[in-house]
Amino acid sequence: MTGINNNVQSDKISFWYDPDKRSILYQMGTLVMVGLLGYYLLSNILSNLERQSIATGFGFLQKESSFEIGESLISYSAADSYARALLVGVLNTLIVSFIGVVLTVILGTFIGVARLSKNWIVKKLAAIYIEIFQDIPVLLQLFFWYAFFYEMLPSPRQALNPVSGVFMSNRGVVFPVPVFDKTYIFMAVALATGCILVFLLRRWARARQEKTGALFPLFKVSIAILIGLPLLVWWLGGAPTQIDVPVLTGFNFQGGVNVSPEFSALLLGLVLYTAAFVAEVVRAGIQSVGHGQTEAAMSLGLKPSRVLNLVILPQALRVIVPPLTSQMLNLTKNSSLAVAIGYPDFVSVAGTTINQTGQAIEGVAMIMAVYLFFSLLTSAFMNWYNKAIAIIER
Amino acid sequence: MRLFKLLFISAMVLVFGFSGMASAGTLDDVKAKGFIQAGVNGDLFGFGKPDEKGIWRGLDVDTARAVAAAVFGDASKVKFTPLTAKTRFTALQSGEIDILTRNCTVTLTRDTALGLDFCQVNYYDGQGFLVPKKMGLKSAYQLDGATVCVLPGTTTEMNVADFFRSNSMKMKPVVIENTAELAKAFFAGRCDCLTSDASQLAGTRSVSPNPDDYVILPEIISKEPLAPAVRHGDNQWKDIVNWAILATINAEELGITSKNVDEMLKSKDPIIQRFLGVSPGNGQALGLDEKFAYNIIKQVGNYGEIFERNVGVNTPLGIERGLNALWTKGGLMYSPPFK
Repeated sequence: MTGINNNVQSDKISFWYDPDKRSILYQMGTLVMVGLLGYYLLSNILSNLERQSIATGFGFLQKESSFEIGESLISYSAADSYARALLVGVLNTLIVSFIGVVLTVILGTFIGVARLSKNWIVKKLAAIYIEIFQDIPVLLQLFFWYAFFYEMLPSPRQALNPVSGVFMSNRGVVFPVPVFDKTYIFMAVALATGCILVFLLRRWARARQEKTGALFPLFKVSIAILIGLPLLVWWLGGAPTQIDVPVLTGFNFQGGVNVSPEFSALLLGLVLYTAAFVAEVVRAGIQSVGHGQTEAAMSLGLKPSRVLNLVILPQALRVIVPPLTSQMLNLTKNSSLAVAIGYPDFVSVAGTTINQTGQAIEGVAMIMAVYLFFSLLTSAFMNWYNKAIAIIER
Repeated sequence: MRLFKLLFISAMVLVFGFSGMASAGTLDDVKAKGFIQAGVNGDLFGFGKPDEKGIWRGLDVDTARAVAAAVFGDASKVKFTPLTAKTRFTALQSGEIDILTRNCTVTLTRDTALGLDFCQVNYYDGQGFLVPKKMGLKSAYQLDGATVCVLPGTTTEMNVADFFRSNSMKMKPVVIENTAELAKAFFAGRCDCLTSDASQLAGTRSVSPNPDDYVILPEIISKEPLAPAVRHGDNQWKDIVNWAILATINAEELGITSKNVDEMLKSKDPIIQRFLGVSPGNGQALGLDEKFAYNIIKQVGNYGEIFERNVGVNTPLGIERGLNALWTKGGLMYSPPFK
């Protein structure tokens, strides 16, 4: 509105009384003040650090780290640089956050739906779960799960062996994995191709349904494609079957893949805690859809599963997604509590780096930058998703 | 929570930029406020930890008290700040504390890049391994492939990695920040061994459910000279801390204890007269009272008394003097002359 008025009367309004120009002036003033403050702080740090003869800068990243890290997704040894050690930490944070978020959404949705169940026992159990896990501080829960893993499970020499090749001990769960073979790369390619095929198939099935009304058994066919295609490639590649089975040698198991108690405890603690909040978000979202919508859909003769999928969820998701995003961010940030139970996440590795190099300001700045980056990335993705499911007016 | 403390101190450094430190020397600051603020461990039995009555006890605590006795003639004019391994240096750099007596190992990086100055060593330590007796291990060289419990934020992490690397052995660290949690995980069998300074291992072993189930392996894999630190560039303050510790060692060499120090004042020995300030000179040179050494010995005791009271064979730690005996008895404790 102001824009139109301004265009008409721009000759008459003096600079100071034009709200548009004045707001630009205010914003520039704020920007200059923030910039000056930042400059003051930075120059103050640098001059003081120099006067105290404390080393500054990120040169230390190239130096040899000289410390070991308990678990790593990439190859790493004490002879590698600090930069690589920090990368190991970032990846460790990323993997626990990613798996954690996925499991949390699944478990939270399940419990949120159960909370609204017509079955009295299921409803009460879900309510009890939510109350218990929401009300206990997450750090205590982590300590509990960690102690649970190392106190309850036996030492490696008396490891439990539930299934042949799988061993459970207080050093973690080890299970066999296939020895690497070139065929597995092609299987991954086949799986990706399968995904694209399913996507195209889904579009075709939709178009056909809108035109003719005929339903296509999309779910069953998709599963067949996603499993069948990689299997076919595996068979064509000579069906490699060599398996890397863990064996107890010396202090611990060698070979196979080891999931440490620290990782399990952190993942379990974070998922169970955050899922309680997600469950409430999901429940609120579903309840926000008026009961009349359900009744209308039922009176059209839709099956209960279709009522949920086609009528309730699309509307509920709009309410669910924004608070769900903040729960995802919470989980990512809470993963920094890993340091308390010995999981080498980014904060833990950065902490050791700070201590060995003494460059606390650079280290803390990196911690802040990494978490900020993760949070912004998650927010950006969820905002995109939120837009994609928003009401499309036709 | 420790992270927040670290963040907080860093923020303080950012905002206040070590304010007020360039204005005057630490001695003047300390005299103006009437007490010394000392950074200590807070959780390490024998070195720095309050007892059940809330009174601070430990070798590092007594070192800070000796400095207070030298500066004020009153060993009680000192306040203690418990610090984690991570926050300790930042606390000193930012001026939150005046002296850091928190079982810190002297290293080149800390002495230079961190802007610190280390004083006289008050405990010669070394890193070792604690293992369950039932494993039947005789030597640290049998630890290839072991899972090792380590406390982060110390020289320990690097030492243990160096030891395994130089002997072409493999290890898997489990790094837990809280001392008590780390010990719990070790006692529950999460790790094959616990590594730390030998003095700390003795302390951890003494609080285990059954101390006799655990042994400390004979190998000491590192040199850990523990010494108090002050800010770089304040030479007078460094001299004071240095000579306060040396006074406790010198007193033991001269056979002066807190019990006999009053009689020693009447001694005809010129070395003792000079040391206790009967013939003046030393105090003035340091900018302290002539009786500073007398006050330290009278109120805190000589090095031998401090050692035996906090970590010696009659305490739960039960540590022998070893390297910390006087040089005349095969140890490393040696004081330059007080003249």
